[in-house]
Amino acid sequence: MEHYNMNLTLKIWRQKNKNDKGGFQSFQVKDISSEMSFLEMLDVLNEQLIHEGQDPIAFDHDCREGICGMCSLYINGKPHGEWKGNTTCQLHMRAFKDGETITIEPWRASAFPVIKDLIVDRTSFDRIIQAGGYISVNTGNAVDGNSLPINKDRADASFAAAMCIGCGACVAACKNSSAMLFLSAKVAHLALLPQGEPERHSRVMNMVAQMDKEGFGACTNTGACEATCPKEISISNIARLNLEYLTASIVAEK
Amino acid sequence: MTWKQVFTSSVGKKLVMGFTGIFLILFLIVHVGLNACIWANDGGDMFNKGAHFMGANWVPRILEIGLFLGLLLHIIQGLVLVFYNRSKRPIPYAIDYGNKGSKWYSRSMGLLGTIVLLFLILHLSNFWLPNRSHQGFLLGEEINLYQKMQEVFSELWVVIVYVAGCISLAYHLAHGFQSAFKTLGVHNKRWHVMISCIGYAFSIIVPLLFALMPLSFYFGWIS
Repeated sequence: MEHYNMNLTLKIWRQKNKNDKGGFQSFQVKDISSEMSFLEMLDVLNEQLIHEGQDPIAFDHDCREGICGMCSLYINGKPHGEWKGNTTCQLHMRAFKDGETITIEPWRASAFPVIKDLIVDRTSFDRIIQAGGYISVNTGNAVDGNSLPINKDRADASFAAAMCIGCGACVAACKNSSAMLFLSAKVAHLALLPQGEPERHSRVMNMVAQMDKEGFGACTNTGACEATCPKEISISNIARLNLEYLTASIVAEK
Repeated sequence: MTWKQVFTSSVGKKLVMGFTGIFLILFLIVHVGLNACIWANDGGDMFNKGAHFMGANWVPRILEIGLFLGLLLHIIQGLVLVFYNRSKRPIPYAIDYGNKGSKWYSRSMGLLGTIVLLFLILHLSNFWLPNRSHQGFLLGEEINLYQKMQEVFSELWVVIVYVAGCISLAYHLAHGFQSAFKTLGVHNKRWHVMISCIGYAFSIIVPLLFALMPLSFYFGWIS
């Protein structure tokens, strides 16, 4: 693809802290290369702001190679921007045209309060994992490889669910701000493997209870989460979670 | 984990919607099948016999109580969920994700359901209420329901409201049918594809048949 430079208008959400009301602020950036990543474009803007003595825009980022789940921008009406199966850091400026206006918002959900500008507090996801997204094993020497036979299809399905990077785009895309795609990926990932079996029922019960406590909405199977997920986690995981929950509630002793 | 905890969790609330939804889908099959007797072209004889069986027999009358309970549960839980979910995003986006990520009717179940509910209130006051009050709400003598249909469907505005109600029902079912099964845990692709196909067919055929009933009377397609 041919290289080109562009001038852009950026409409960015600014908010001093979580108690501030916040609002949009417009910025102009010039000579942005089509080969830059979206975050590099924001870096250019921030350098410009620092030179002018202004407060740079706060946004989350870490690995910048699509695997850590830190970047979290809602760009022109879609989490992580227009490209399918893609994180914000892997979105490149060739997705935009010269003279375009780009609107950048933080994830919007009461369970993800804004900390500053475009950064939201996603520790609610950590607490959901702490409620059951693990297996309890005695540590010690590493177990021999292939000592536990696992069906290839189940291993593949489990791995596909384990692709979830916990970025929260599913919550941001869902009209109910539901965390069900995230939760279902974590539950399915372990429910499909023999290692997850002993805590299977308590896991799903505790994780759903924690999700409700954190203030996420309920799932209505609209599919917006699956459409936006950078790791293309299947919505069938949600149906699997529902079955896990229903089974756990039926077989519960108390 | 008590039953109360199960059914008040976000997943449990959806299970209630799924179970009652499928129950109401089963009711629609009975309702559309029985009402299709109007097309027997026998002056309403077969239809009135069917209506008599449903109205003057204890078994369907007891089932009717279950139907109302299921309906109420579906309506109340549905409305509770709509407002609960809406409260989870106090600050809206400047640009909405919209139809790029999901179908409009899947996001409008509360609105479509409310239109169906308003239609249902009119529908019950047209047929169920006058008939049951004539029966003294027990097993008394019924009114001639075929005649009542002729009477009610002679007015254009009623026919329009009924057709609008059926269109809302069609879109409500287009999402609700397959979503109910997903909520109950159908995750396998082979089942999901089949259920989706049946769901779309059901949500077209059943509301279409219902809509044809007032139209048939209004335009005199039946004798």
